[in-house]
Amino acid sequence: MNITEILFWFLSALALTGALMMVTGKNPVYSVLWLIVVFFAISGHYILLNAQFLAIVNLIVYAGAIMVLFLFVIMLMNLNADNEPQKNKWLKFAGLIAGGSLLLILVGALRQSDALRTQALQTGGEIGLIHHLGKVLFTDYVLPFELTSILFLSAIVGAVVIGKKGD
Amino acid sequence: MQLTNRAKSVDRRPLSLMEKIYLPAIFKGMGITFSHIFKKKVTINYPEETRPFSPVFRGLHILNRDEEGRENCTACGLCAVACPAEAITMDAAERLPGEEHLYREEKYAAKYEINMLRCIFCGLCEEACPKDAIYLTETFAPANYSRKSFIYGKDNLVIPHPKENSDAFQKAKGLIDERKEKAKQEKTA
Amino acid sequence: MNSILLSVDWALVLEKTLFIAFIISISLVIAMYTTYGERKIAAWIQDRHGPNRAGPFGLLQPLADGLKLFFKEEIIPNSSNKFLFILGPSLAMITAMLTGAVIPWGDKIEIFGRSISLQIADVNIGILYVFGVVSLGVYGIMIGAWASNNKFSLMGGLRAASQIISYELAMGIALIALLMTSGTLSLGEMVRQQQTGGWNFFIQPLGFLIFLICAFAECNRTPFDLAEAENELIGGYHAEYSSMKLGFYLFAEYINMFISSAVMASLYFGGYDIIPFYDESAWGLSVNTMAVLGALALFVKILLLIFVFMWVRWTIPRFRYDQLMNLGWKGLIPLALFNMLITAAFILFLRK
Repeated sequence: MNITEILFWFLSALALTGALMMVTGKNPVYSVLWLIVVFFAISGHYILLNAQFLAIVNLIVYAGAIMVLFLFVIMLMNLNADNEPQKNKWLKFAGLIAGGSLLLILVGALRQSDALRTQALQTGGEIGLIHHLGKVLFTDYVLPFELTSILFLSAIVGAVVIGKKGD
Repeated sequence: MQLTNRAKSVDRRPLSLMEKIYLPAIFKGMGITFSHIFKKKVTINYPEETRPFSPVFRGLHILNRDEEGRENCTACGLCAVACPAEAITMDAAERLPGEEHLYREEKYAAKYEINMLRCIFCGLCEEACPKDAIYLTETFAPANYSRKSFIYGKDNLVIPHPKENSDAFQKAKGLIDERKEKAKQEKTA
Repeated sequence: MNSILLSVDWALVLEKTLFIAFIISISLVIAMYTTYGERKIAAWIQDRHGPNRAGPFGLLQPLADGLKLFFKEEIIPNSSNKFLFILGPSLAMITAMLTGAVIPWGDKIEIFGRSISLQIADVNIGILYVFGVVSLGVYGIMIGAWASNNKFSLMGGLRAASQIISYELAMGIALIALLMTSGTLSLGEMVRQQQTGGWNFFIQPLGFLIFLICAFAECNRTPFDLAEAENELIGGYHAEYSSMKLGFYLFAEYINMFISSAVMASLYFGGYDIIPFYDESAWGLSVNTMAVLGALALFVKILLLIFVFMWVRWTIPRFRYDQLMNLGWKGLIPLALFNMLITAAFILFLRK
């Protein structure tokens, strides 16, 4: 046990607790806040892997921007536990089965893969630093990178179209 | 029809590019505010300095005494009648033998109260007084927590004794004399 | 367990802890006296004296204000969400303090043969860290606004949050131009680059202007203080707050102002560099003297920038909300993009 490992276990526990609290929470605002905790824990994991850029971008984009929009929507809709529509019992059952199957597949896939046998804990690796990341993105992964940007562009155009409809 | 030549027509032309950038106007404004930092301050540091009052200022009342320290007021009630706010009440009493050094005439005010919350400081009591007894000074009522404390009795109103407390008397008297002087000037003017 | 404790460099931990405590107390004191400075400057600009009763020249006024806030009645509304109601101002305060970690407050100093860097953490993504923390600052406001369970608070919180998010974009794009010229994300490295040459301000004047305007908006300062708008919109997100919790919100604003001035001084005005276009090492002074002089230079720059913040506040009236959004989205973002393109073109042209 060194400090990195202690941090790893702590962050993992934090992420799992946060995720569980988010799913089980009655109050949607609390759920969003727990989700932010999860993002923090994941950013912590990135830092442990020496991927500082990813860690901070994860915080800026997800915790800083997207979750704020989520909070906006939830606060404005005034979702309370009382006036939440009662869901169908069968719907719950179907959801349970679907979720359980997904979990089963995930567990099965993870058991099969080599990911568990390789060392995930890297300290001092340079791969996550911004210089390497930029180089890799613009050489090996140029096509996916540009495709993603086109996807974003189309999303922006779509948002503008929806926004203009009212006029 | 033109009534005055002060009318200004509003410029409704669209803004030019320089005006649209706003920055020149903002910098000009900032120049103006910066120059104000070095201007003379207009503040009067109140308790240490006071603003000079206008000659017709009307503040708290004072009940006058003559040179020997006898009260002028005879409780005739003209001030109470003149008062539009009905702020003045008084009880008259007869002067007993041996009290000649206290009251100038045979009748005096045993109780004389002005409710400073009702008073509108119009100065009509001063105008109505035939005995030179009530004057408005240049002090004003201090703040207080209770309504009762704004009902001023004789202990608050009567001018200090000219012999026992001559300094304070001279100070208060000065105010009265000044007012008399001003009133005289106004009448002649 | 022993091996863990031994593997830690305790001297480093001690050094950093002391330095962090020092920086936090400095920010608190400066924020405190910024409130005093603000009142004084407001007064001077309006031909008044400002606070001059508490202590000589009113210097004890911030203490009196703090005491007043501490002694006021602490009200937690009945229908509010208690935990979040307290979390809101604490988050605002914490995020305001966090940014100070990556700012290089000075060069190295040498004590007891140890070379101590006057920067809490020289992470190689320093400026992104600043952005991350700033974007988290929204939560303090939003959580506080929502937990008050008051629709006017909530609307104030929404105003503040959408303003901060909108202006963060233009700020980021303005910064990209600067990052292209300096080629690094580390604040310490950026300042070191400006030590011998000119300051970034001379390369990126337009970028600085955009950054400054966005900094006003991020700190909720006039002309962008619609989040509070204390004289027409009942106070915004902190309408339900009283006592020291309100104090925390107001205090966080002043700390933000101090920190953003520090960031701007480091990014555009050479940080602890004393004279632009001049290599101060030619003076041949000792390391410690240079560090102290540099830190002083940085603080002079910070104070001047804070003065600009206040000067603008007492000059320009508040924007309307649609004007604010127009300026942010239709004015500053295209301008910042233009600035970025021009910079990129210049870099391509000059380096060929």
